[in-house]
Amino acid sequence: MKIDCNLIFKWGVALVGIATLAGCAAPQNSLTAAGATFPYPVYSQWFDAYHTKTSTTINYQPMGSGAGVQQIKSRTMDFGASDTPVDDAQLKTMPKKLLQIPTVAGAVVIAYNLPGLKTPLKLDGPALADIYLGKITKWNDAKISALNPGVVLPKIGIVVGHRSDGSGTSYIFTSYLSDVSPEWDKKVGTGKSVSWPVGIGGKGNSGVAGVIKQSPGALGYIELAYAAQNKFQYAALLNAAGNFVLPSVEATTAAAAGSTEKLKKDIRASIVNAAGEQSYPIASFTYLLVYEDTGNVTKANEIKVFLRWAITDGQKMAKPLNYAPLPESVVRLDEKLIKRIH
Amino acid sequence: MPRPYECVKVLLHLFMNSQNQQHNTIPTERLKQSRFGNLGDSIFYSSTLIFATSVLVATLLIGFQLIKTSWPAIQHFGWRFLFTSTWDPVHQIYGAWPYIWGTLASSLLALILAVPVAIGTAIFLVELSPKWLRGVLSFMVELLAAVPSVVYGLWGIFVLIPVLQKIQGGIALSKLSVLPIFAGAPTGYSMMAGALVLSIMILPIITAVTRDVIANVPATQREAAFGLGSTHWEAVKGPILRSARSGIMGAVILGLARALGETMAITMVIGNGKDASLSLLAPANTLASILANQFAEASGLQLPSLMYIALVLFGVAIIVNAIARLLLWNMSRGMKHA
Repeated sequence: MKIDCNLIFKWGVALVGIATLAGCAAPQNSLTAAGATFPYPVYSQWFDAYHTKTSTTINYQPMGSGAGVQQIKSRTMDFGASDTPVDDAQLKTMPKKLLQIPTVAGAVVIAYNLPGLKTPLKLDGPALADIYLGKITKWNDAKISALNPGVVLPKIGIVVGHRSDGSGTSYIFTSYLSDVSPEWDKKVGTGKSVSWPVGIGGKGNSGVAGVIKQSPGALGYIELAYAAQNKFQYAALLNAAGNFVLPSVEATTAAAAGSTEKLKKDIRASIVNAAGEQSYPIASFTYLLVYEDTGNVTKANEIKVFLRWAITDGQKMAKPLNYAPLPESVVRLDEKLIKRIH
Repeated sequence: MPRPYECVKVLLHLFMNSQNQQHNTIPTERLKQSRFGNLGDSIFYSSTLIFATSVLVATLLIGFQLIKTSWPAIQHFGWRFLFTSTWDPVHQIYGAWPYIWGTLASSLLALILAVPVAIGTAIFLVELSPKWLRGVLSFMVELLAAVPSVVYGLWGIFVLIPVLQKIQGGIALSKLSVLPIFAGAPTGYSMMAGALVLSIMILPIITAVTRDVIANVPATQREAAFGLGSTHWEAVKGPILRSARSGIMGAVILGLARALGETMAITMVIGNGKDASLSLLAPANTLASILANQFAEASGLQLPSLMYIALVLFGVAIIVNAIARLLLWNMSRGMKHA
């Protein structure tokens, strides 16, 4: 067959031309971001609303927190997003000083499957740690009964559910268990994936939810936003002030507010087991990661304007999606951080 | 009794040999001449050669890349990695044994469950089924192959596991529970669930290939067997399965390969446990499934360790294939000498 080189050449030129045109046509004011999947529902609404308001486009790829940190490290994105704060060891490997800005808070819910139980189950940290350590194996264990006076608990075994994939949710949950149980801290520790002493691993929130829904007597931890959408029974937890608190958006914001002093010292401070009468004990922030020195003044300004909008007007969109808005005190801490971007 | 059987064997060998000779003599000469004689042919030859070698090159590159990225873990853990059972990302201690065990055990169990059904189905489709049913059944079997693996996983969670919970609950209450293979709590998410889902997933490929292999057994053999007075059963178990067996073995290898590498469906039902347990009721884990679970958020030595896991999976696949080839080779040699 005779190949028409001329034709190929013409098409090639045309394609390159189209690509160049498309590149030019893209608006100058656009930002790219990647990272955590947990806040994606609220972020995508933010980016939509922000685009309508300012015509700035923000492309966000929910690839996971780990990828978010990698992308900002390699500077392929304008900002990254992570459900867990970047630790000192990782910060040292960053090319420039990285700012970590809490955007919304979330809670981890202890969901269970006990069809006969009408009132919400009450649990405390040590009992939860013992369940996950495999030391409490039956629902009618003395420790659980003592927390639920007057409630008849079934004699069946507890089917423990946990995440099988590495996730920020597991990180928050294990950091809570480490906080309340020295034994957990020593034997298992805190991490996105840990060596679970007992239980069944489900992939993602939906996987754990499946374990809970399918097995009578099951107990597991899932994100508040996911649990609220899927109508689970969930437990009230004993907080640092000695009250049993059901998970809710308000109780999560209260936990963030109760941690203000710690956050003033280090914005990455954990907000599990926070002070405050109404604080829900398994809460955490999700963070946007941005370099203090962006190396581009226009871009820095765009990022600043967006972040200011997100921590003020944007917060109103959080609650309907079951994310907890930042308390006033944390908004002020964020504003200080945002000022430093240049 | 053995007489007609022997005769069929002789006939079969005569046929095989004549076929081989035909194959060997004529075309090679012509190919050698034309390979360099004609421009079109030489382009054809070299392009197909490139395609064929690209498979080899890709495999080598995959192996190389896996060794390169897993090198920190190989240096740190060495061979111990294969035989230790701790996987602890917090304390950065990694060992792959539960995953190797889970992969091999679930795949072999799946084969044990699927192969008899697949071969039975294939024999029925080719030899015994009425024509109208053949089309319907073949279509159904091929349909099974087209179902995405996440759908098998969901089916496992919502249909299979509630059933297994009842069965396992019964086992746990009965005397069987003293046996190590039935130890543990009856949660449904278990090695048993994983093997069952896998067996259904590998059924279509084994059935389809076996069906084609049996259908390709020359009609003359069938006729010879019937001519010598064999019953249907005798014809199938004798000449037909005999000449099809290397092909059937190939079908089984294809099924095994699918089982070893299956990720999504099995991770949804196997419970992602951390121990290498003998019990069918206990949660287990596989190489592919821990890779899929932990790769995205891995940090530190976890990433090289996961690449080491991938390397192990690569190695397991190669070794299993090699063993299967060896069996195949032994089988065909045995047939020639018989």
